[in-house]
Amino acid sequence: MNKEAKIQAMTEIMTKFTSYMGKHLPDDVTAKLKELREQEDSYLAKVVYDSMTENQELANQLNRPCCQDTGVVQYFVKVGSQFPLLAEVQDILRTAALEATKEAPLRHNAVQIFEEKNTGTNTGERIPWINWEIIPNEKGINIEVYMAGGGCSLPGQGKTLMPAAGYEGVVEFVFDVMTSYGINACPPLLVGIGIGGSIDVAAELSKKALFRPLGVRHSNSRGAEMERLMEKGLNDLGLGPQGLSGKNSVMGVHMETAARHPSTISVAVSIGCWAHRKGNIQINEDMTYEITSHRGVTL
Amino acid sequence: MKKILTTPIQNEELEQLTAGDVVYLNGYLVTCRDMPHRRLVELGQKLPVDLAGLAIFHAGPIVVKEDDGWKMISIGPTTSMRMEKFEKEFIAETGVKLIVGKGGMGPNTVEGCQTYKAVHAVFPGGCAVLAATEVEEIERVEWLELGMPEALWVCRVKEFGPLIISIDTKGNNLFETNKVLFNEKKVPIVKEICSQVKFIK
Ligand code: SF4
Repeated sequence: MNKEAKIQAMTEIMTKFTSYMGKHLPDDVTAKLKELREQEDSYLAKVVYDSMTENQELANQLNRPCCQDTGVVQYFVKVGSQFPLLAEVQDILRTAALEATKEAPLRHNAVQIFEEKNTGTNTGERIPWINWEIIPNEKGINIEVYMAGGGCSLPGQGKTLMPAAGYEGVVEFVFDVMTSYGINACPPLLVGIGIGGSIDVAAELSKKALFRPLGVRHSNSRGAEMERLMEKGLNDLGLGPQGLSGKNSVMGVHMETAARHPSTISVAVSIGCWAHRKGNIQINEDMTYEITSHRGVTL
Repeated sequence: MKKILTTPIQNEELEQLTAGDVVYLNGYLVTCRDMPHRRLVELGQKLPVDLAGLAIFHAGPIVVKEDDGWKMISIGPTTSMRMEKFEKEFIAETGVKLIVGKGGMGPNTVEGCQTYKAVHAVFPGGCAVLAATEVEEIERVEWLELGMPEALWVCRVKEFGPLIISIDTKGNNLFETNKVLFNEKKVPIVKEICSQVKFIK
């Protein structure tokens, strides 16, 4: 395959994948929702979970986006330094978002700052958002696609604490966000928490925490334990589906961390709603690919 | 058995409902969010649809034009709280009986529902395809100049739901009650977790 053919192939893969993941939830989320539904015994909670299941089946059948808010498209890229299209990735992803918006169709969710006009293309200044990590000596590319809805982006918050506040301050912050803003973000939620020395680091990590497959814990044993404690604690609040009360509140709590400055602890929270549209794809240098978030899917 | 409300909805039917009940709707459901509320309440404009006895939906749908009319593709609830400022006056002016949206509303709406006999209900957020398939027909559209999400789409619906009553005619507010409960539960839970994360020593 020459370079032109590769560019065309990758554009097509990413267009189709972006469109696909706006219509289908990833395997881990689908399984988790089923598990949470089974734990509920109140009529109200069951009715809501059943509507979610029915909605996903209908979206599948009718080939439509499952939620009307298809969010702002974001790509979190881990690209090998030897990837043959390194210089073209940005253009390819912009085209993919544009084309997927027409093909799916996705809602137009890009409003230009200051002009305050919706661009009508779902793309705009720095949107689709692209986040880069370069992996030395690798030849492939791994892309996390995410659709950030309005309702679930609204609770997103961060705060820089003084060390005296400790990890206790982190816990309090997360719970306050959840009880005040979580209810309207379409629970059961996935809670992404970032901790670092400054707010930008914490914010970025909190979003990346949302991409970790459900059920995988922080690699540090204290981190893993803190995730477990908060997950149990938040579930004991019993927000239930749509905040109508129930046995659980969350699909999971994920923390991502970076070493901090001795004088600061920054914490940020990003929320994923029950319709958590994330998709992971690995593309190799020869343009073969593997979708890890939605197993067995070919585009 | 499903409890079904049919438009025009009667006060007596609403008075039997309690926050937390689940109902379905047959009849007319009109989309109505920020702009029509503002036009009616703040700008004093008359609505081009008579809402007496009907239901409104806080929602901005995705609709496509077909040869003989419009087709509902996707319609999900938007956050009701944005309409809180207008809802009491809106109920008084229009005689609307059922308000459908997402999340709770505040004391202004509670008062409106009690005084003028109306209820607020929640349709599960994110279930936009399900909702679209429960729309039998879009009979007409008004104020389309406001754009697709803000226009008044007059929909005939069949067993539209589930609709979870969040504010009833008796002054109950499900989300407010839940919020108090969640906050009460939070205090001991946070305290317990904090005792286990004292990593800075
Ligand atoms: S919070 Fe998520 S499920 Fe709810 S309306 Fe927004 S995008 Fe859809």
